This record gives sequence, C-alpha cells and structure tokens, in this order.
Amino acid sequence: MAVDVMAAPVEHSRRRVLRWLGMPLLLAVVGISLYAYVSTQELDTIERRVLNAPGLTDRVIEHLQLAGLSTLVVIAIAVPLGILATRRGARFVAPVVLILGNLGQAIPSLGLITLVVLLAGVGFKSIVFGLVAYSALPILRNTMVGLQQVDQTLVKSARGMGMSAWQTLTRVELPLAVPVILAGVRTALIINIGTATLSTFFGVQALGYVIFQGIQLDRTPVLIVGAVMASGLALLVDYLAGVVEELLTPRGL
Amino acid sequence: MTSQATPMIRLDELTKTYRGQPHPAVDRVSMDMPRGEIIVLVGPSGCGKTTTMELINRLIEPTSGRIYLDGDDVTRADPDSLRRRIGYVIQQIGLFPHFTVAENIATVPKLLGWDKKKIGDRVDELLDMVGMDPSEFRGRYPKQLSGGQRQRIGVARAMAADPPVMLMDEPFGAIDPITRDRLQNEFLRLQQQVQKTIVFVTHDIDEAIKLGDRIAILGERSQIAQYDTPANILASPASPYVADFIGAGASLKRLHLSQVSSVELDTGCVTARIDGDAEQARERLRASERAALLLLDADGRPQRWVDAGDLSSTDLFKAGEPVGAVVESTSTLSEALNAMLTSNSGVAVVIDRSGAFQGLLDFETVMVAARSERDFYRAAKVPS
Ligand SMILES: Nc1ncnc2c1ncn2[C@@H]1O[C@H](COP(=O)(O)OP(=O)(O)OP(=O)(O)O)[C@@H](O)[C@H]1O
Ligand SMILES: [Mg+2]
Repeated sequence: MAVDVMAAPVEHSRRRVLRWLGMPLLLAVVGISLYAYVSTQELDTIERRVLNAPGLTDRVIEHLQLAGLSTLVVIAIAVPLGILATRRGARFVAPVVLILGNLGQAIPSLGLITLVVLLAGVGFKSIVFGLVAYSALPILRNTMVGLQQVDQTLVKSARGMGMSAWQTLTRVELPLAVPVILAGVRTALIINIGTATLSTFFGVQALGYVIFQGIQLDRTPVLIVGAVMASGLALLVDYLAGVVEELLTPRGL
Repeated sequence: MTSQATPMIRLDELTKTYRGQPHPAVDRVSMDMPRGEIIVLVGPSGCGKTTTMELINRLIEPTSGRIYLDGDDVTRADPDSLRRRIGYVIQQIGLFPHFTVAENIATVPKLLGWDKKKIGDRVDELLDMVGMDPSEFRGRYPKQLSGGQRQRIGVARAMAADPPVMLMDEPFGAIDPITRDRLQNEFLRLQQQVQKTIVFVTHDIDEAIKLGDRIAILGERSQIAQYDTPANILASPASPYVADFIGAGASLKRLHLSQVSSVELDTGCVTARIDGDAEQARERLRASERAALLLLDADGRPQRWVDAGDLSSTDLFKAGEPVGAVVESTSTLSEALNAMLTSNSGVAVVIDRSGAFQGLLDFETVMVAARSERDFYRAAKVPS
C-alpha cells in the first residue's frame, strides 16, 4: 500500500518532465531557425531600421510590460470582485459583475481599445486600461466558479471547527479554488499578449509594430520576424504560466 | 437514573424553522445530556437529526429556545469560540483535501494558537490512539487513505483540542459492515479512556443500541418519541412508533446488551487435569451426577470433554472431543449464543481474561435472560 502511494508520484513526475521539456525545445528550434533565416537575407536599410537586436529587444520588453501590467491589474480587480460575488451577503453583485465582464469581452478588442483611446487619449495607460476591460471576464468567472465548486461540506466542516468566515476563505476556499483561478489568469494573460499587438495603432511600439511595419513597407523578412516573434512569445508565456499553475496547485488535490 | 449534577448539554424548547418552510424542522425539543455519556439520536432520514445536532454548535441558529453547555447559556455566545470547544465530525467527514493528515488533525489546535511542538506531539498521540502509525500516515493526503482510515482521522481531528463535548453525525455511515463493526468497537474503547460527552447521530437502531448509553428515538420534526437507556427502550417501547422502529428481534437485540458475567453460570461441572491420572478422573466423574467431565490444562484452560467410556483410554490428550463453544465472561450473551449455534453445542464454556475455566452457560439460561429482562424492567417501572 505504501509502495503504491510512493510509486504514483514518481511515474507522474517523469511524464511531467517530458511535458515540461517539449515546449522550450520547440521554441529554441523556432528561434534558431528564425535567426538563421534572417542572417541569410541581404537586409536593406529600411529593414535594418526595424530588424536590429536593441530595437527588437525593446519591442519585446514593451510587449511584456503591456501584457504583464494589465494582467496584474486585472488580477487585483477581478479576484476580489469574484470573491465578493460569491459571499453569502453580497451575492446580488454577481449578475452585475458578470454583465460588465461579458460586455468587456463581447466588444471586439480593437473597438474597445479605440473607445478607451478616444476617451483617454493615446498612450501606454490607455492601452492597459483597454486590455484590463477586455481580459477581466476569464479571471472573474473562474474565481467565481472556482469558489462555487468548493465542496460545501468542507466549508461547513471548517466553520464547524471554529474557523471564522475569513479563515475559512483564506485557508480552505481559496486554496481549493486556486487551480481554477489560475486557469483564468493564464487565459487572461494569453489574451493580453495577443491583444497587445494592436497597441501599435495607438502609439506604443510593441511587437505589433514590427508586423505592421512589415505590411506597410512591404518587407517580407520584417513581417515574418514580427509574426514569429509575437507567436513565439505567446507560446512561451503560456508555457511559463502552465509551469506556475502546476507549482501553485496545492498538493493533495 | 437522574443525575444531580448539571447536564453537559441542555436543550430547552429548541425550535428551528428553516426560511420559507411551513413547519419547523425541529419543534420545541427539550433534552438533558449527562456528562461523559454517549447520547445517540436515532430516527428516520429527514426527521431532523442533523439539524438538532447543528443547533448545539450553532452552525444553525435556533429560531427560538435555549442551549446550555455545562450550565452556561450559549444561545448568544460567540459561535467561533463555542465551536472550538465542541468537536464535530460532519456527516461526510469533510477532511480538507489540500491538508495532510497531520494538518487536518492540527486544525483546531492551530486556531487556538498552540505552539508547534505541542501540536506535533498531540497529532502523533491521536494517530496512535486511533491505531494509525504516525510516521506512516502523518504526511499523507486524505485521498491516499481508505474510507475507514478517513473516518478515523475525522474522529481524531474532532478530538484534537480535547473538547469535553463531541458531535458526531453518522461517522460510520458509508463503511462496509465489517470495518464498521471494528470502528465501533475501537470507538467504544476510546470512549472508555476519554469519557467525553458525545452526541452521536445514526439512523441505524442496532448501532444506537451498541454504542449508546442513552438513546433518543426521534420522530418527525425531531420530536422525542422515547429517551432512555437501550435496555429500557428494548424492554418497554413507549409507543407503537418506537416498537416499530426497534423492529423485529427486540429480544435478540437485548442479548447484545448483557454480558455473560451478568447471568448465573453452572459451576457444578466436574473437571480434571488433562495431564493427570485417568483412573482418578473416572472416579470423580462416577462420584458426581454428571455424564461428562471437562479436562483442563495446567493453567486451568478448558481442553476436552470426556465421558466415562472415554476415560478408559490412558492418553487423555486424545480422549473424547475438543471443547466447542468457548466465550469470555466479558462477551455478550448474543456472542455466547452465536458460539453455541455455530459449534452446534447446547452449552458454552466460559473462561476469564486469562483463559481459565469459570463455568458453563447453557442455552436455557440465555433464553431465560432474553425473556426475563423484559419482566424485570417492567417490574422496575411499577411505581412504588
Ligand atoms: N437548509 C435547509 N433549508 C430548508 N430545509 C432544510 C434545510 N436543511 C434541512 N432541511 C429540512 O429539514 C428536515 C430535517 O433535515 P435534517 O438534515 O436535520 O435531517 P436528518 O434527520 O439529519 O436526515 P438524514 O438522516 O437524511 O441525514 C428535512 O425535512 C430537510 O428537508
Ligand atoms: Mg443528517
């Protein structure tokens, strides 16, 4: 019996290592191929203006800052709202909050950011604001669902042993909802990474700028680099988020 | 049976009407639960057992009525600190899946702010107490336990801060009969050590009879149909409802309640040492009016039955037949009866703790006990 219990996690972790190695390997191969492709091309001055190491690094940083900051802001807003919406005394806010979240996601992302920019002007802050509105729903909904699916007998058990409502929330309900909430965070992060490409239309030069330049200037190498980097970044972030998700999921579940 | 001391738990006209419900789920229930006893609430599904129990630790707030704990009115006390004084095993056990066994057991001590060392020692002590090796089980998660082991951890967790009162809602509910029987026996042994006041909910009358010092048979809306000792309830059910609930075989159930030591044994049996002289044994058997003689070993443990014919053989170790039904004096009459039936002998050989021969118990004695107890309790109830 003891042997069975010990054997299972070992098997499990071996499979996990394989899974965890696959994506970085793929991304490395793609990265190297992209580099090899670009170095075989004769780049003209226009192309070189976009495709240079310091410039591309700045684009990536800008992109990550946009997506990262907006995701943090969404977490800070949507998780507490989601918790509130599932509390006994405040359940009436649930429909309101969900309608707002749905509204944010239903409007096409470009339209939504345009709206925000029209109201607040171009710039980094406006785009973050737009991304927040656009990606709030998955975290909000997953926080609510995650908390609602916690076995109510466990809540009763916790209260029955003398945990206060707050202790029950922080020690039992939230840890048990973590996997679902994290899945929402991961979705929001991916949405933000993808949508941040649009920022180029509003004066922020993230990876979308490279793609857009490629189209505008009719330079295929630029277009390819922009597109591959944007997709690669999305995959990398999704992969990292998956690792974090696995690490933060409480053991025993 | 009334005790002069204040009851550990007193319910006074306790009523709960759930919101939007036309009838109360618990209707003006009053009850005294004496210190150190197991009080079993038993009744059909939906009669309000869980509600009654959760009114005691205020997981459910009463609509009206009062609750006293050890003489104090706790109807308006702070529920969180009240609950830390009352161990609770909920109907579904409710172990936290993201806590290890040790963390689960440590829940209430942690809430009470015990230091780490004290908590660690207590966890190990409790694991030992419920018969689970601390070094093996401390770090496991609930999903790595069997159903029976989970039940035990549930009980250990409820006892962690040594509360004087425990509430247990069908703790042995979803368990196979054999494991259930073992857990019940362990539970009784544990209670002998800890002597807590335990409110125990079940819908199984046999479990109630086995475990309860006192049984409250509940009807609809948690109305108390009868509240008495198992023996009294079996001997004289207060109403057709109670009789119906006890069901057929009340006499047999009563045999569960009496130990072999409570009836008079036949001590006139002739015995001889199995390693002794056969000739002498034959003399003693002839001198008595008995037809058979019981051979004992050097420590007085019963070995073989022999009659006069068997004693002509010189090797007593092979003479006659081995004894069939052997029961300890602490066994119940029902166990003795069972032993007689399975060994196909009309008599059981009774031994003491060390295994030494004490006397004989025959079928008729058991039958008389099953019948006479009823008359005895009837007689006891006639007002003087
Ligand atoms: N939260 C609630 N709201 C409304 N009615 C309830 C609620 N909880 C229980 N009831 C009702 O109260 C009655 C008593 O329920 P309770 O859970 O106390 O029964 P029980 O005796 O424990 O049953 P079981 O043996 O099935 O566990 C039932 O009729 C049930 O439907
Ligand atoms: Mg119940």
